[in-house]
Amino acid sequence: MLADKDRIFTNLYGRHDWTLAGARQRGAWAGTREFIDSGRDWITNEVKASGLRGRGGAGFPTALKWTFMPKVSDGRPHYLLVNADESEPGTCKDREILRHDPHHLVEGCLLAARAMDAHLAFIYVRGEFIRERQHLEHAVKEAYEAKLIGKDNIHGWDLDIIVHHGAGAYVCGEETALMESLEGKKGQPRLKPPFPAGMGVYGNPTTVNNVESIAVVPEILRRSGAWFASIGRANNTGTKLMCVSGHVNNPATFEEAMGESFKDIIEKHCGGVRGGWDNLLAVIPGGASVPCVPGEKIQNAIVDFDGLREVGSSMGTAAIIVMDKSTDIIKAIWRLSAFYKHESCGQCTPCREGTGWMMRVMERMVEGRAQKREIDMLFEVTKQVEGHTICALGDAAAWPIQGLIRNFRHVIEARIDQYTYSSTSDGAVPSIAAE
Amino acid sequence: MVARRLADESVQPASFAFNADNAKWAEWTIGLYPAGRQQSAVIPLLMRAQDQDGWISRATIETIADMLGMAYIRVLEVATFYTQFQLQPVGTRAHIQVCGTTPCMLRGAEDLINVCKSKIHHDAHHLNADGTMSWEEVECLGACVNAPMVAIFHDTYEDLTPRRFEEILDAFQAGNGASVKPGPQIERIASAAASGPTTLLETPSAHREKFVPPAPPEAPAAPAAAAPAAPAGNPPQPATSAAKPKDMTPEAAPAIKGTPPEAKVSQAKAEQERESARVDEKADGTPNNAMREGATGSESPAGKLDGGDAVGKETDKPAAEGAAPAGTQSSDKSGVATADPNEVNPVAERGGEQSVFAAPEGPADNLKLITGIGPALERRLNEIGITRWSQMAALTSEDVAKVEDALNLKGRVARDNWLAQAEVLARGGEAEYIRVFGKKSR
Repeated sequence: MLADKDRIFTNLYGRHDWTLAGARQRGAWAGTREFIDSGRDWITNEVKASGLRGRGGAGFPTALKWTFMPKVSDGRPHYLLVNADESEPGTCKDREILRHDPHHLVEGCLLAARAMDAHLAFIYVRGEFIRERQHLEHAVKEAYEAKLIGKDNIHGWDLDIIVHHGAGAYVCGEETALMESLEGKKGQPRLKPPFPAGMGVYGNPTTVNNVESIAVVPEILRRSGAWFASIGRANNTGTKLMCVSGHVNNPATFEEAMGESFKDIIEKHCGGVRGGWDNLLAVIPGGASVPCVPGEKIQNAIVDFDGLREVGSSMGTAAIIVMDKSTDIIKAIWRLSAFYKHESCGQCTPCREGTGWMMRVMERMVEGRAQKREIDMLFEVTKQVEGHTICALGDAAAWPIQGLIRNFRHVIEARIDQYTYSSTSDGAVPSIAAE
Repeated sequence: MVARRLADESVQPASFAFNADNAKWAEWTIGLYPAGRQQSAVIPLLMRAQDQDGWISRATIETIADMLGMAYIRVLEVATFYTQFQLQPVGTRAHIQVCGTTPCMLRGAEDLINVCKSKIHHDAHHLNADGTMSWEEVECLGACVNAPMVAIFHDTYEDLTPRRFEEILDAFQAGNGASVKPGPQIERIASAAASGPTTLLETPSAHREKFVPPAPPEAPAAPAAAAPAAPAGNPPQPATSAAKPKDMTPEAAPAIKGTPPEAKVSQAKAEQERESARVDEKADGTPNNAMREGATGSESPAGKLDGGDAVGKETDKPAAEGAAPAGTQSSDKSGVATADPNEVNPVAERGGEQSVFAAPEGPADNLKLITGIGPALERRLNEIGITRWSQMAALTSEDVAKVEDALNLKGRVARDNWLAQAEVLARGGEAEYIRVFGKKSR
């Protein structure tokens, strides 16, 4: 378990001053000039040595992503685009960074911008994070006033930061949709290639990184990549903000080392599962779009990228949604289907039509008003949506249902049986209580 | 996706204008974006308009389109695509957004929705009888740890119970919304566990304990021994002094006698880093010297990449590494290529390759003329001692294996037919190449 001295986000709960003065007391903006002077490759290599994998869900190595940026500018400006469009159900980690430790992010922007020769950074905050955005805007203003960023700043690397915001579209968390939205259009993902590193915002090379990925960079440089790499397992290094919601005794957001067991984490930070571990039904371990894992399988799983893949799910954003045995699991997944139906941007047919179709079938399955053969048909349809869309929203809509059918088929079948059993001779079926 | 349309004509106002403050703000916002990219400001402007009027009308859309030089349809698209924009009038005292997505649902969001239904209106997006309140169910608002929650205008109200929610609704209904404290509605610090934070119990400080990597078994220095005892403030640095490149001077490092340009650069950089390291020792809160002091300009990537093991490495290695390029890169092109000390040295990156072949006398040939070899590969070939076409043409299959091993390119030499190309180039240069292969090289 991580000790307090190794935590990066030291004001996660906002108990201290979040403005520049307070951030400085906690060690922010110390030695930044020296990191900038050490140059682009030094920063990239240090982050590479840290083994930092992107914190936005996909877990792509951050330093590697930076190296995709052109080494030499062809005259077009380079941009850093920070993805603060945190909308994945279950995820609320960036919110804490934005409102309580915004200077980590601002400083990280400067360092990351140096590592990709960018002089302009955009931070795209989701529209609903209004107070969070105000804190961030204040932090950026303070940094300008203290000449930490901006033209001719004390760090010797010009950087302008524009805090932009969206207006409630989950799909804008996808990097190309994010860029479309930033350009003032509908947030519909672009086809790749061209990749953002070649042609991103306004057609210029752009790197999109998650808030947490950028905000940990200053501390990695201050303490060395080797320090970060010494936490957690190989390929799964560092600390991670985790948010546990749902049926635990004390839902909480906290920073923990990667590679701890699920049970230890829940026991230590959340006071255990509501009603004890025997009462655990299922867990969605990485935000809404990853498959759920049955309770008995997850208890001893290791919470990191590889550990959760071993149990057939994914680390995602480390947003752990815990469901106890009082949960109607079909309904819980149906609600996610409704979410994806609502958030599909409408561009690709399999997703636009498929999400609605899947939601309607799921709606009937919640009641049990379905045929058992429809379970396989539903599974088949999820397979037709998955991988046939421009962005990953189609996949994200398919996976929770696949996880449900794979792990809780017996529950769906029992529900159908119950419905049939309760039906009356004239075909009218009284509404049934959920199990 | 959801079909969203503008409100009925009967409620559409005739015109829209920003008030003075907002107009000033809008001008400033539009100016933020690069020239010709004013369209980017459309979402912020629409949002500000909604803050002002409560909802987005047709007049709002047209006014903003005119301000940004956009077609009306483009702004209409944006206003209907993004679900945070209200396209019909909302309650004047409060518009309640209840999060209904799974994490909130698990903690009782459905009860909150029922409260809305009974206290405001049975249907979402409808005003209550006196037009003061309205509600809708929204998708995840990103406060799942504090579920269930609602958002009203700029603030969120978290950790709700139906009873507490009713009280909040009553307060807003009575026009006393400001009296309700936003955030968690139970005894709780932000998103920390309700029973009290389990982390961050110490008061944070600017001091960072120096990280000393665990000693590799064969490390000559004894870094680990000194580490745990290191006191706060100004710790002694026995671990790092072992790696200090004190013998990276021309006299002490015979391999770089004659100081080629690279060495000068790296020396200067090492000097500069040592200087900054000294500054560090005085300033509190800037650790990481352990990693940084061992670095010289030319080999710093190696030190960084192998996770700090460099601390224990013998100090003459950088000198030897520097020697290989120094000897072979007298030619102008390749010299330029490596002069930048910040450039990642792919050889050093893999822990330091020694020169595999003896570089022949004389100027280097342009290996890039061989299809399949670019500037990066050429540099690496030079570094392992291959500089001439004739030299490459004469490589035996064992040599090829060595080259591929050193460059980590399995099968590439044969696949791109380097040897035959090199042979032709060696025989008659580019003209011969065109004659034989029927096309210009590269």
